[in-house]
Amino acid sequence: MKTTVQPYRGDRPPIFKTGALNWMKNNLFSPWYNAVLTVVTGALLYILVTPLWRWGVTNACFGTTPDVCKDNHGACWAFIQDMWPVFMVGTYPSDQRWRVALAAGLVAVLIIATLFRALRKQRVLHLCWVLSPIVIFILVRGGEVFHLSHVPSTQWGGLMLTVFLSLVSMIFAFPLSVLLALGRQSDMPVIRSVSVAYIELVRGVPLISILFMASVVLPLFFPPEMEFSKIMRAVVGITLFFAAYLAENIRGGLQGLSQGQYEAADALGLGYWKKTGFIILPQALRIVLPPMVNNFIGILKDTSLVGIIGLIDLLQVAFAATSNPKWLGKIEEAYLFVALFYWIMCYSLSKFSRILEERYQL
Amino acid sequence: MEHNIDNKPVMIEMNQVNKWYDDYHALDNINLKVRKGERMVICGPSGSGKSTLIRTINRLEEHQYGQIIVEGVEMTPDVKKIHEIRKEVGMVFQQFNLFPHLTVLNNITLSPVWERNIPKKEAEQTALALLERVGILEQANKYPGQLSGGQQQRVAIARALAMKPKIMLFDEPTSALDPEMIKEVLDVMRELAMNGMTMMVVTHEMVFAREVADTMVFMDAGRIVEKSTPKEFFSNPKEERTRQFLNQILNN
Ligand SMILES: Nc1ncnc2c1ncn2[C@@H]1O[C@H](COP(=O)(O)OP(=O)(O)O)[C@@H](O)[C@H]1O
Ligand SMILES: [Mg+2]
Repeated sequence: MKTTVQPYRGDRPPIFKTGALNWMKNNLFSPWYNAVLTVVTGALLYILVTPLWRWGVTNACFGTTPDVCKDNHGACWAFIQDMWPVFMVGTYPSDQRWRVALAAGLVAVLIIATLFRALRKQRVLHLCWVLSPIVIFILVRGGEVFHLSHVPSTQWGGLMLTVFLSLVSMIFAFPLSVLLALGRQSDMPVIRSVSVAYIELVRGVPLISILFMASVVLPLFFPPEMEFSKIMRAVVGITLFFAAYLAENIRGGLQGLSQGQYEAADALGLGYWKKTGFIILPQALRIVLPPMVNNFIGILKDTSLVGIIGLIDLLQVAFAATSNPKWLGKIEEAYLFVALFYWIMCYSLSKFSRILEERYQL
Repeated sequence: MEHNIDNKPVMIEMNQVNKWYDDYHALDNINLKVRKGERMVICGPSGSGKSTLIRTINRLEEHQYGQIIVEGVEMTPDVKKIHEIRKEVGMVFQQFNLFPHLTVLNNITLSPVWERNIPKKEAEQTALALLERVGILEQANKYPGQLSGGQQQRVAIARALAMKPKIMLFDEPTSALDPEMIKEVLDVMRELAMNGMTMMVVTHEMVFAREVADTMVFMDAGRIVEKSTPKEFFSNPKEERTRQFLNQILNN
């Protein structure tokens, strides 16, 4: 059957039915199998969430002392309220905690400033970012500078330590991985073999064993009078481990570029490092941004293995806090709280990468 | 556009150049001289080694036997020499090969600024002048992906010219273009030829060749089959293989 379609006369597109109800009807309940899915999912959510809600909110108790939680069947958030500074900084001396808070505040200010488009291009802001690690390090570690008492790294812990390990490992692993990826593509057989050997060797070994080795073997290579803090050993281990993984991702990006890009750069007479820095890497890194961020998220979560060499990171603080006689056995609360923090950090990273991806589309 | 180049200095000299891809003999005893200001057009069937030949001149491909001398410098594995030669030899590719992450202006200024140490301001002025010369001044701040094929190829020519090369190599510069864009690129090349640039052009644009070339080279199976002036080449080709090829290409 043929119908005649009238020419469209309006100067705006036709309006379809809108509104929440219509949206739900179109997206959640039609066709019939979507309706079934919606109902099943809803039921599952209800079954899973209600007890959690009852435990975590309805029956929960708040406060700062253990006695409010006596004879209570719900979550004891008093535990978190009392212990959260320990979750944040571990055994960092309590009268010096303001230094860590100040450092965190500084970073927060920098991040907020960077969110403003107008400020983003300012040289001053870039300089602040570059200087921030030094300032933070001095602030947190102290030791005769600005009359700040020395807080040895053995007292660093909690979220602060997790963030420190992740960031420092990322910062060192990234350039190392770029060099490894370039080395693997090099024309020079020695450099290529060394890169391949390194990558394949490290990728075939679990991080835990590398952490052990860094902790035990590393001091053997250096004169005995050189002190290696546990944190330094952990950073070395994590960096060496993730550089191998990152390198493989970056190699994927290098191979993703057309041969024409290399040839055009060669034909223009660009030398190796200029070609690599201006033409190859900027494009390759854009291609591999999503898997790279995936790797960074991996680093962040895997820092939780440093407990094995005796560091008290965010996860270990949870163990420690629940064995505090005052708060014995508050395991669920502790792990939920810790998981929440890991999730916030990983999710922020992943959001950040989406923003970068949109900005630097090729 | 005939002009006398017989007494001009030799810019490129190839003596018994041979090249293999594994066992495949891609260049078979190539002998060529290109003089200053000479416009040489190379044609031949697909796979005959035209690209390979001009790519050995700036060492995008390495030859395994024979001698290539560019501006008196012999091409050897010495990285420094290769580098020096590449700065003097511009190349334009079939697929343009612009840098997609850089603006048109940055595509053009990158190499002059970093390899010739020309101040950024000056390099930009030169780049804008070149863009005007190839007729796309208004596209300076766009990205390559926003331009048509013909415009991209003209940017690629401007980018090569920005290094002030003494020799320009073109590898089928119009083969990837829609018909209506071919002319705008050929016009730019014509203008270059008119201004005395030494050019080696791989192309099947025979009208252009007849008009611009000083020397026609016909290649087949890695060999130079015939080399002559365009007049002779088109009206009285000596080799049977050349005749076949010309028949085929001129009848299309
Ligand atoms: N990188 C390469 N590896 C192997 N064979 C190649 C390579 N490049 C070109 N060839 C071969 O060499 C011959 C000449 O190629 P080419 O110079 O590109 O021809 P033309 O440009 O005349 O079409 C072809 O048979 C081609 O298949
Ligand atoms: Mg070719």
